[in-house]
Amino acid sequence: MWYLCVFYHRLLDYRRPEVESLAQLFGAFEDTQNDEVRYQLQWKLPPHHHPDSPFHFVNLPSEQVARNIANRSILVKGMYELWGEGGSYEELKDSVLSYPDERKLPYLDSDSTFKITVDCFGKVISLEEQKGLILGLSYVPFKGRVNLRNPDHNFWLIEVDNYGVNNGLPPIVQKRIFFGREVGGADRKLIPTYQLKSRTYLGPTAMDAEMAFLMANQALATSGKLVFDPFVGTGSILVAAAHFGAMTMGADIDIRVVRDGRGPDCNVWSNFKQYGLPMPVGLLRADNNLPPWRPELKEVFDAIICDPPYGVRAGGRKSGGRKLLKGAVEPYIVPDDKRTDHIPSTAPYSLVECVHDLLDRAAKMLVMRGRLVFFYPVLREDDFTENHFPEHPCFKLISSSEQILSSRYSRVLLTMVKTGPYTDEIAEAARIKHIEFKENHVKWLEDGNLHSAVFSPADAQVTEAGDSKFGKDPKPKYRGKYV
Amino acid sequence: MYIPIRLYCIVLSHLLLTAAPDIVNCWEKMRLLTHNMLSSNIKGVVNGFALRIEAEKVVEKKVEMNGDFLKKMFEKIDWKAFVDASRAMGYTELPEEADSSMLDSDEFLNRFHHALLEIHLEEGALICPETGRRFPVSKGIPNMLLHEDEV
Repeated sequence: MWYLCVFYHRLLDYRRPEVESLAQLFGAFEDTQNDEVRYQLQWKLPPHHHPDSPFHFVNLPSEQVARNIANRSILVKGMYELWGEGGSYEELKDSVLSYPDERKLPYLDSDSTFKITVDCFGKVISLEEQKGLILGLSYVPFKGRVNLRNPDHNFWLIEVDNYGVNNGLPPIVQKRIFFGREVGGADRKLIPTYQLKSRTYLGPTAMDAEMAFLMANQALATSGKLVFDPFVGTGSILVAAAHFGAMTMGADIDIRVVRDGRGPDCNVWSNFKQYGLPMPVGLLRADNNLPPWRPELKEVFDAIICDPPYGVRAGGRKSGGRKLLKGAVEPYIVPDDKRTDHIPSTAPYSLVECVHDLLDRAAKMLVMRGRLVFFYPVLREDDFTENHFPEHPCFKLISSSEQILSSRYSRVLLTMVKTGPYTDEIAEAARIKHIEFKENHVKWLEDGNLHSAVFSPADAQVTEAGDSKFGKDPKPKYRGKYV
Repeated sequence: MYIPIRLYCIVLSHLLLTAAPDIVNCWEKMRLLTHNMLSSNIKGVVNGFALRIEAEKVVEKKVEMNGDFLKKMFEKIDWKAFVDASRAMGYTELPEEADSSMLDSDEFLNRFHHALLEIHLEEGALICPETGRRFPVSKGIPNMLLHEDEV
């Protein structure tokens, strides 16, 4: 059945993937055998609407699935059973009247309570006008009583008009009016509850609460699942996964961050305690480059969610010694009497190597159909195609959602599903690559330096990328940091 | 005779600070689930599993039980290492051998749950079985980072 899915006008690239992930979580694809369509729903747009419009139609197997998706989502403002739509109020009336009575009457009977909300996108309707519009619905035979606080059935009259151009909203060609019964909607109260400014323990790259919830949704975090974050930091991503009931585990190379925090009541544990969430089942200090998992262990995590350090706001570190890997000093042995308190020096960790390790580890440690969800940075001068994203024979990329961070670069949330087993050949290839990274440490660091591309003076950038800018469709103006 | 007020304040705050960790001590520590997943990955080490536990401080905490999670984890656990580790932590109620049919017994499930998630190592170390290298566990966080000459 088709539902009207109205999104918040935020994080546009993240909206359909979130619904599709949740559809998977709530069993919408259970009867699907074909792997290609297992991750995708059918979508439609209202006539002449731009894909960035908040109004979409989605085909879902049942109202229960639609409700579950909408209630757990972050970006679905509402999911509606559409009773009618049209380009004018006359058309809407005809459309609602022709909607079958057996679908309408059960929600209109005299025992029930109801509420009608008038909403619009791109303009404001005064209370006086709203009242007029509601009274205009008198052709719908409402028998129940009005209850504005806690009604049994919520009806919505939503209008979108041609609001002109250049006001920061996607282009609208045609006026459209929708009338429908609400099936569910996002609980946006989560976001103020978990917002970072009220979080006790924060780091410079703590994940924004809204984004962390989106990541947890992409990863299908739910009760009984084990979710791992190899770059846990202050735990901001795991907090969202724990909110949805998942067991969490995290690792970080910086022991001050995971062990000490900023004091006894300001650390990773206290961030979970603050919201009354179950503590992570394990936190450890480990290096993503040389993870300490026992060799026989595989297929243990249901999801791996992370924001790898890509060297713009925070650089990655790996073990091995900064000077040692650069070749500045000869290999040396730590004297026995200094071993106990020795603090090993770490070396910079290039993004390419970091992502290679992440994919390889995830391919081994994820269960089949487990999900790897992580951010990957892209320079906005680059041609934006899927070919630029990292690939792995065990993984299928099912969604990529861009968030623009500055005029120079954006980050893309990649969701991958493990579709193939981790074989000996893949493990051997990864081992060889690992040695190559180690031997060519300096070269990899220079090649993959995103920091200089993002922060170099503007002139150099223009001459470098100047030619390629011609003939390319620039990103629409309304795409900013939050949309 | 006469203590400068500033020095007095420093002494006082020092006393308060050193006392604090004993009062607020509410967070979780390393559990045997984590232990069962870890090994020593020092270069050249072949049998880095299972790490021997040197327990200095063990604490117990109630954790809500999740049957589905336990059943899933049971498949992944190396049982012998798990039993040895639970003994090193002072818990002796686990059977030497276990198979998945035992998961139907509530009593077994309770014991498994307790050993897996409710016993925490707060202070101690994990010892590499091959080289004897100590991976310290402090405030419940195992420090698995290798020295420069071990990678």
